[in-house]
This record gives sequence, structure tokens and C-alpha cells, in this order.
Amino acid sequence: MAADLNLQRLTREFGEHTAVDHIDLIVPQGTFFALLGPSGCGKTTTLRMVAGLEEPTSGHIRLGDRDITDLPAYRRPVNTVFQNYALFPHLDVFDNVAFGLKRRKVADVKKKVSEMLELVELGKMADRKPGQLSGGQQQRVAVARALINEPAVLLLDEPLGALDLKLRRQMQIELKRIQIEVGTTFVHVTHDQEEAMSMADTVAVMNLGKIEQMGDPISVYEHPKTAFVANFLGQANLLKGDIVGEENDHLVVDVHGVKFSVPRSEAPVHDGRIVIGVRPEKITVVDPGVTTLPKNQVAATVIDSSFIGVSTQYLVESPWGQPMIAFEQNRDPTDVARPGDPVLLGWEPRHTFGLDPDEDLKAGLQESVPAL
Amino acid sequence: MIPYLLILPGLAWILFFFLVPLLSLVATSLQKRAGTSLSEGFVPALQFSNYTSALGEYFPQFIRAFLYAGIATALALVIAYPIAYYIAFKATKYKYLMLVLVIAPFFASFLLRTNAWKTILSADGFVVETLNALSLLPEDRILNTSVAVIFGLTYNFLPFMILPLYASLDRIDPRLVEAASDLYASPATGFWRVVWPLSMPGVLGGVVLTFIPASGDYINAQLLGSTNDKMIGNVIQAQFIVLRDYPIASALSAMFMFVLLIIIVTYIRRVGTRQLV
Repeated sequence: MAADLNLQRLTREFGEHTAVDHIDLIVPQGTFFALLGPSGCGKTTTLRMVAGLEEPTSGHIRLGDRDITDLPAYRRPVNTVFQNYALFPHLDVFDNVAFGLKRRKVADVKKKVSEMLELVELGKMADRKPGQLSGGQQQRVAVARALINEPAVLLLDEPLGALDLKLRRQMQIELKRIQIEVGTTFVHVTHDQEEAMSMADTVAVMNLGKIEQMGDPISVYEHPKTAFVANFLGQANLLKGDIVGEENDHLVVDVHGVKFSVPRSEAPVHDGRIVIGVRPEKITVVDPGVTTLPKNQVAATVIDSSFIGVSTQYLVESPWGQPMIAFEQNRDPTDVARPGDPVLLGWEPRHTFGLDPDEDLKAGLQESVPAL
Repeated sequence: MIPYLLILPGLAWILFFFLVPLLSLVATSLQKRAGTSLSEGFVPALQFSNYTSALGEYFPQFIRAFLYAGIATALALVIAYPIAYYIAFKATKYKYLMLVLVIAPFFASFLLRTNAWKTILSADGFVVETLNALSLLPEDRILNTSVAVIFGLTYNFLPFMILPLYASLDRIDPRLVEAASDLYASPATGFWRVVWPLSMPGVLGGVVLTFIPASGDYINAQLLGSTNDKMIGNVIQAQFIVLRDYPIASALSAMFMFVLLIIIVTYIRRVGTRQLV
């Protein structure tokens, strides 16, 4: 059954507040899709509408060629892994997992449940109550309880939110393995950009009820189209400037007297004002006087440097007084620049992206989860 | 050492206000008359026949007490459950207002409230006249029937049913109901498979808290019932206060406590051992 999930002009209003604002979205069958955004962006409301737990104000939800907008939750061929799991505390693991099968009077419950418990590596836990399981085990039961019904789409609402960091990473790998093994469409809601990028085939970044940008993790990360995406998905240096010329498919941008190159294809505008951006890990930090630097260069003064093991993170001040960040990989951490040191920053023009000049440079800064 | 000292007041309380009276009750129940008349008083004895004669004489009132209380408890459960459910899941901002309304009748005296029903259910009252006009009353009256007594018991002890039910329903995560519907359970199935079993502690508590005082009650039978509706509480009250036959009254009290204890323990063991959290 070809069952792409298709949201059409999907909207949900709560009084004056529009939680989800005319979303159009197609999730192809069998993909791992992540809805990423800060809390309150509408991602969970979107998921709940697909599950049938929230009624859309307008718009349609289709599964393949079937319109499921008006189906009650218990008739929809989708299942949910709830935030904090919502396992039935009075039922043991077996009965929790068997719940959906029993409601639909499916045959062979026992065999199916044991197979599913094997898949999530909980075979020995069948007669335990949820209260007797660890967080990670409860998480697996929640996944098993939903997946056993062979849903057309599996919805995951911040399923790893309650786990500690190490377990999160482990479960991310686990979930990805299960998704590949069963081939079900996964729609995963999260506010953690690393989780979204590491697991999903497609990431949709949501903000204020709308999808800001959608694509595979690399292209969304490398080519953000809005300041919100640039800031929320990792970190970014955003500089306001003017386009002053063009050379070899590149625009020359003047930022307070310093010239930078940005590929023409990366710029939404080709004359007048523009915002250009570069991710901190693309920037090389060297002593002034070193000449083997990439083409985009600017002198700066170190404000703070923190050695965090895999890299050294610099906070520097540009000549026009704007703070910038740069990450240097610690291949050879012998000369870490100290606060007050003059340095030269350099990065490749192809690592530079352009944004609309009217973008709010601080969009998405507060909401983003700090990188590790 | 100090922890043991700290429980002394509690132990003393139980000793002086529970154990001593209980033993005194049992001792009294075995006394025999000093002379031929009740007014001559009683002397300590081991007259176990007090029990058999009391039971022989007042067996119907015994049965009636547990029967009326049982029906009233069942009715209270049926009425209280939707109310408690509504307050716990649907009332949102009116939750506390509704809880206050549930408790509000307690601010008026128990006797006063029961007497008020006497007026409401009286033969020339609106309720009886309306029901009679519809020919719904076989006896042409409500007051002085078992219906009135059971109604009074249900009414008076309803809050004891609502509050534990509410406490238990309120603890149920509404997401469990969502999870049930996500897993193909219709609203009715979701209720029976998830909400009802999880509310069992409240059902258990409510039933016990309603059944115990209702079975020992005598006010409702006295004010709303006829002489044929007397419960064991009425007999004990009359024996203690009016006739002053203390040994018989004590024997009845002791037997009543014992039977009630058996009923409650059996009930809790049957219901309480189902898979509770």
C-alpha cells in the first residue's frame, strides 16, 4: 500500500493563537522524517493532529489516497510513541504491547508480542510492570506497543526527552536500526537538532506554526534559508553587509569595509543589502601574518577561548565590534590563542551562505539547544 | 529511644479510646441482670446467651442494615462515578469550585438535611404529587418507605464516595486515555480497560467509606422510614438510650462490628488483590 503522509493546508488555532499555520507537507512512505523546532512551534500539535488526538481547525490529512482528517484516533492506521511513554501502569509489558492487537482482535497475539519484544530486546521483561523498568526499557516498550500494530506511520513525540544523554544517543541508534528493519514511516518530533539530524532522512524546521525549511539534514544545515534555521540548527555568524560587486559567480559583500565573497547561488538577493553567514567550524583561526588562509578573511581580537577537548571554541570580536564564534579542531592543540591576542579568521567563500537582508539576526538563538 | 517515645501519645490514644472501650463493650455484652427487672442493673458474668437471644430477636434489622447500606452504596457508586470523573477530567478551572460544592452539604447538620428531605418527600409535597400524578408510586407515598431510607442513605453518604473516587481519578494521566484511543480502543473500551482498573483504589475506598457509616446509621431509618424499615443502628440506639438493656445493646454492637469487619475484609481482599498499581 503506497501510503505517503500528506498534510494539506493543515491549521490548528487555539483561540487567538495559531499553533499550526497552513502547513503543507508530504512524508514519503518508509522515510524517517523529523519535525524539529523549539517548544511552542506547533510540532507536537501537528503530530497530535495526525494521530487524531487533536482536531484541525482547517486543512486535510491524507494517507495515500485516503482522507483521514475526520477519522477518530482509534480508527486511524497510525500509532504514537508518547512523550513520557504513557504506558498503562496496571498492565505488564506483555499486555501493554498486546493492547492494540487485542482491541483489533488480531490472531496470534502471543507469537507477535514475543517477536516484537525480541526486536526491542525485551524478551525477558514480558511479565514486568512498567514501574519496574528503567527509562530506556520503558521507552522500548512504548516503541514496541506502537510498532506491533504495523502502522502506516509511526509518530514519535519527543520519545527520548526523558532519557539521559548517553542513553539518548544509544536509543537514537536503536530507533534508526528499528526503522530500517521494519521500513515503517517514522515521524519524529524533537527540539534537539542533533537528534533530528543524526536520525532523519528529512528534517523540517518549524517555527511559529510554519515550516521554515525542509530537506535532508546536510543541505538544511549547510544552506540555511533563514536566520532562524541558521541559529536553531547549530550555530552561525551572521553579518550584515552590502553587495558591491561580482566576480566569477560570486558576489562581493562589503561588511563595514571588509570584503567577503559569497557564491551567487547562495544569495537570495543580488544587489543592495544582504546578510551573509558562516558556521563556526568552517572558520580557521590563525596568527596575523599567516598567508595561507582561505579567501574570506577578517582580523579579530580573541575575547575568550575555551578548550573543550575535541575542539577549541573561540569567541572573538570583529573590527566593527561584533562578536563572532569559531571552532578549531584540536588536531594539534599547541598554540591556543589567549584572550586579547590578535588573530586572523579565514573561511572558504563556498562555506558562506546569504540570507534576506530583513532577517532578524537573533531569531532562534534563545530556543536552540546548545551544541555539546 | 526518642522515636518510641514519640509514638507513645498515639499508643495511649488507641489504648484509652479504642481498646479499653472495646473490651468494656465486650464485657458489658456478657453481663446478666442483677434482678428480674432492667432497673435493678447488671452484674459481671459470662452470659453468652445474650448474643443468641439478641440475634434471634433482631436478625431482620441486621439483614436490613446491610441490605439497605449495600443498595445505597451501589447507588452512590453509580451516581458518584460520573461526577468524580467530570471533576477530575473535564471541569478544568471549575474543579475546586465543584469540589467545594460536593463538600458544601457538610456545613449543614446531618439531622437538618435529613429532616429537610422529610419535608421535600412529604405526601403533600411537590415530588410526591408529581409522581402520583404520573401514577409512578405504588404506595402513593415515598416517606415512610424503604425507598426513602435508601434514598436518604445514598444522599447523605454520597460525598464519601465522590471524594476518594475523585482523588483516584485525578491521579490518572489523561495521556493514558489518549494512548488507549491511539491503540484502537473506542472511548468505551478505553474506559473499561484503562480508567476503570486504574480507579479501583478509589472505588475500593469509596465503597468502604460509604458502606461502613451507612450500615450503622439510624437517623435515616428513623426520620424517613416506617417501623418496618428499622436498621440495626435503630435497635442499638433504642436498647442503649431508651430501654437501657446494656448487655443486649452491647452484644448487638459487638456482633455488628464483627460482621462488618468480615464483610469489609472479604471485599478488600477480593477487589484489592486485583492488579493494582
